[in-house]
Amino acid sequence: MNPYKRSPFIKVATVLVYFFLYAPIIGLIVFAFNSSRTNVFFGGFITQWGPLQMEGSTVVQSPCGPFHWFCDLTQNREVMSATKNTLTIALISTISATVIGTMAALALQRYNFKLKGFSQLSLYIPIVIPEIVMGIGILVLFSQAFNFLNSSLGLLGDSRLTLGLPTVIVSHIAFSIPFVTLVVQARLQGFDKSFEEAAMDLGANELVTFWRVTFPMILPGVLSGALLAFTLSLDDFVITFFTTGPGATTLPIYVYGLLRRIITPQVNALSTVWVLVVVAIVFLLQRIQSRET
Amino acid sequence: MSEFAVELQDVVKRFPTPEGGEVLAVDHVTMQIKNGEFFSMLGSSGCGKTTSLRMVAGFEWPTSGEVYIEGIAQGHTPPFKRPVNTVFQSYALFQHMTVFQNVAFGLEMDGAGKDEIKKRVARALEMVQLTGMDRRYPRQLSGGQQQRVALARAIVKTPDVLLLDEPLGALDLKLRKEMQLELKALQQKLGITFVYVTHDQEEALTMSDRIAVMSQGKVLQMGSPVEIYERPNCKFVADFIGTSNFLEGTVKSLEKGMANVFIPAFNTEIKGIVSGEVSVGETVAVSVRPEKIRLADKAVLNQNCFEGTIDLVTYIGSDTHLYVGLNGMKLKVWEQNKISSLDPTAYYTVGQKVWLALFPENTLVMASE
Amino acid sequence: MLKRLRENKSSQGTLLITPTLIFMVGLLIIPLLLTLIISFGRRSADGNVIYTFGLHNYIRILGISTACEGGQSLCFDPLYANILRRSLALAFNSTVLVILLAYPLAYFIARAHPKRRNTFLFMVLVPLWTNFVIRVYAWMMLLRTQGVINSVLGWLAGLVGIPFAPFEMLYTPGAVLVGMVYEFLPFMILPIFTSLEKIDNSLYEAAADLGANPIRTFLRVTLPLSMPGVVAGTILVFIPVMGTFIVSDLLGGRQVILIGNLIQRQFLDARDPTFGSAASLILMAMTLIVTFFYTRKFGFGEEIVAA
Repeated sequence: MNPYKRSPFIKVATVLVYFFLYAPIIGLIVFAFNSSRTNVFFGGFITQWGPLQMEGSTVVQSPCGPFHWFCDLTQNREVMSATKNTLTIALISTISATVIGTMAALALQRYNFKLKGFSQLSLYIPIVIPEIVMGIGILVLFSQAFNFLNSSLGLLGDSRLTLGLPTVIVSHIAFSIPFVTLVVQARLQGFDKSFEEAAMDLGANELVTFWRVTFPMILPGVLSGALLAFTLSLDDFVITFFTTGPGATTLPIYVYGLLRRIITPQVNALSTVWVLVVVAIVFLLQRIQSRET
Repeated sequence: MSEFAVELQDVVKRFPTPEGGEVLAVDHVTMQIKNGEFFSMLGSSGCGKTTSLRMVAGFEWPTSGEVYIEGIAQGHTPPFKRPVNTVFQSYALFQHMTVFQNVAFGLEMDGAGKDEIKKRVARALEMVQLTGMDRRYPRQLSGGQQQRVALARAIVKTPDVLLLDEPLGALDLKLRKEMQLELKALQQKLGITFVYVTHDQEEALTMSDRIAVMSQGKVLQMGSPVEIYERPNCKFVADFIGTSNFLEGTVKSLEKGMANVFIPAFNTEIKGIVSGEVSVGETVAVSVRPEKIRLADKAVLNQNCFEGTIDLVTYIGSDTHLYVGLNGMKLKVWEQNKISSLDPTAYYTVGQKVWLALFPENTLVMASE
Repeated sequence: MLKRLRENKSSQGTLLITPTLIFMVGLLIIPLLLTLIISFGRRSADGNVIYTFGLHNYIRILGISTACEGGQSLCFDPLYANILRRSLALAFNSTVLVILLAYPLAYFIARAHPKRRNTFLFMVLVPLWTNFVIRVYAWMMLLRTQGVINSVLGWLAGLVGIPFAPFEMLYTPGAVLVGMVYEFLPFMILPIFTSLEKIDNSLYEAAADLGANPIRTFLRVTLPLSMPGVVAGTILVFIPVMGTFIVSDLLGGRQVILIGNLIQRQFLDARDPTFGSAASLILMAMTLIVTFFYTRKFGFGEEIVAA
């Protein structure tokens, strides 16, 4: 028996909160099919397929029909290069952070060493300080270090060290490591040491034990850590904002830049694609986690 | 081949505690386990039995002392270089591998050929009656079946010594009894040494050739089940194995393996067999097993015979358990129900006066510590 | 060599943690220390940093001014203090609103049938992982004068024949509050759900058995047991609301300036990194103080990781 289960108040509140969560996203998606170029009001769907035809600022006919803005997106060089940057950053930082974070999780869960307390504590810093503080700190570090190196090495013009893809990637690795570590660590907590002892008992040395037993068993944890790192990197705005430089624009930075100027349904199309990709990733994450239990 | 399969010589193991202190898990343990023997380490949790076993397996290294396997000092030899295999309490089956892959793992590590692996895995699975299960995953098996896989995985490499760490702890009572007999049969069939760790005294008595009773990191007594049960060398062992009545007293005299002990509570002397070592004047425990006390309606002995009143009667089917009060003490007495009767007067009743005969040959005098 | 490593568990651990420590020290701790050092410095003419030691940046934020009207030597300039106060008030209001919205939903999910629970959770995760900037943009579209909300309201008004003048909603403090609540709502739902899920059904039964009505059961059993989740959620919401500058930037226009906007501008438009560093550290100190007192009072456990 549960006195609250059928409480109408809870049900109504739930529906309203879900509506609050989804109404903006649905609106966003609907406007991705807007025939009105200015995107101020909804001018109806683009219904005709064929060569591009405009009436004032309204798209009447498009080779892609209602998906006009999605096709338009692929023509946008800035979007494509931002997509490339975003994926490059996410992939490299995810792989690095996953390897490093998994190692740290193993160290913290299995071993005793001098700086253990300090290491564990340092992982919580990114969680308890605002992202902007971390972003500012990294920006200050890089700009001061680059200033110093540029002047002391006498670097000029194009050879000067500046912010760019490498600085973004390194920063993304830094903020992803704690999340990977904490996720893998949580999985390791339920991991009985006797599995490894059994492998060694049966004749496997430390390396074989790790690859044949430990790693396959913690793989779901490592994968969900990696997916988390990947989504965090894709999603990040603040840290990227402060560590990025010319030629290293990511999608969130690009969208932010657009929003301060002109908005076309293209942004909605981009957002729609983004939401779909995220839904796929989150779905995958959930599957991994539910398979584990 | 050395006479002893496993030898622990003056082994000490200390663990650091998180608070920076140390715990003494194993305290100068010396034991010799013969080839082909079913040897049990018995004790309650924290007595050092599992740590001792883990030092034989190589998961821990002794702080001081030495572990020998087949006469060879092991030093810091890692587990994967020792000729022993372990059955874990939690089974530790690799969840991501099938039954076949689990059992084959050890052979694979030895670099055995595919055909040989197939043949030997099949034979091991047959031995534990799991033929046909080789494609299943551990989570698809019952607890008893998982236990058998763990067993097959450990015996497939035909180790010199098989180490078993409370392998039956997670099974229900009925299955445990079955597996006890099966394990014993398996050990005789394989002819290899089993070192078995358990906290269950009945299990140890059922299966073992010899038992080491451990407490607080020390071995208190080592011997056959009969020796351990019938001649415990101290109060702890007598109390841990089976049930006993204890009387406290002082040794007055010793002759030919018998002792006369003055019991202050009875203000008289009791005669009993010396079990272990005691000396005149020492404060000792006098132990009598409840099933070895004879009840009578009159004094049947000149000595060791007392009159008491029945305090509690519990009928448990095969036996009747009684508490008999005398001189402010309560003694447990178990009477076998040898006659089938519905007549209440055929059984003892509360308040009835009875005589207790503690025959000297059933009465043991032992160190109280 | 290998043998020595094998026997020394401590050096194995050290080896595994080293890369993480390099990143944590190099990109977290050193930057924070550097921020601290710079915050005592001065801005040079070209926007660079002159390393000196002075508390002038902190004095400026706290509003103690030496350039006063009326010839006083010292006076109070409330510009930055107001920004701090506004940020704190907004963070507080957003957190309270988020708790009020998140709790019923979390409760609903926690008490839902286990089979459907994952679907409901999934529905919370999708908005959470939709990009932050995109979510702000969605609200821009809803709140604009010619936006979705006004259009729908105008259409409804037209149906019943009431004259309708569109509301000015975008670029107001209310828009920023709504945006913040929307952005961080999932961060509250997940930890509260985690702590509610742990409550065993028998506790509700026991409470009912002992004569507690639903409201008393909620106040005496459910709420206290879910407090760790509320605390974890509060930290996960309060800290980012304090530091965010995009929401106020895009939904508040120039109307709503928060400490996050102040810091951002020092590093971009105004180009005084020393003052920006000081503001950044003040922000960090404020969040740490709030977190510290809050967790010391209530404590929080694994719920924070669950999200």
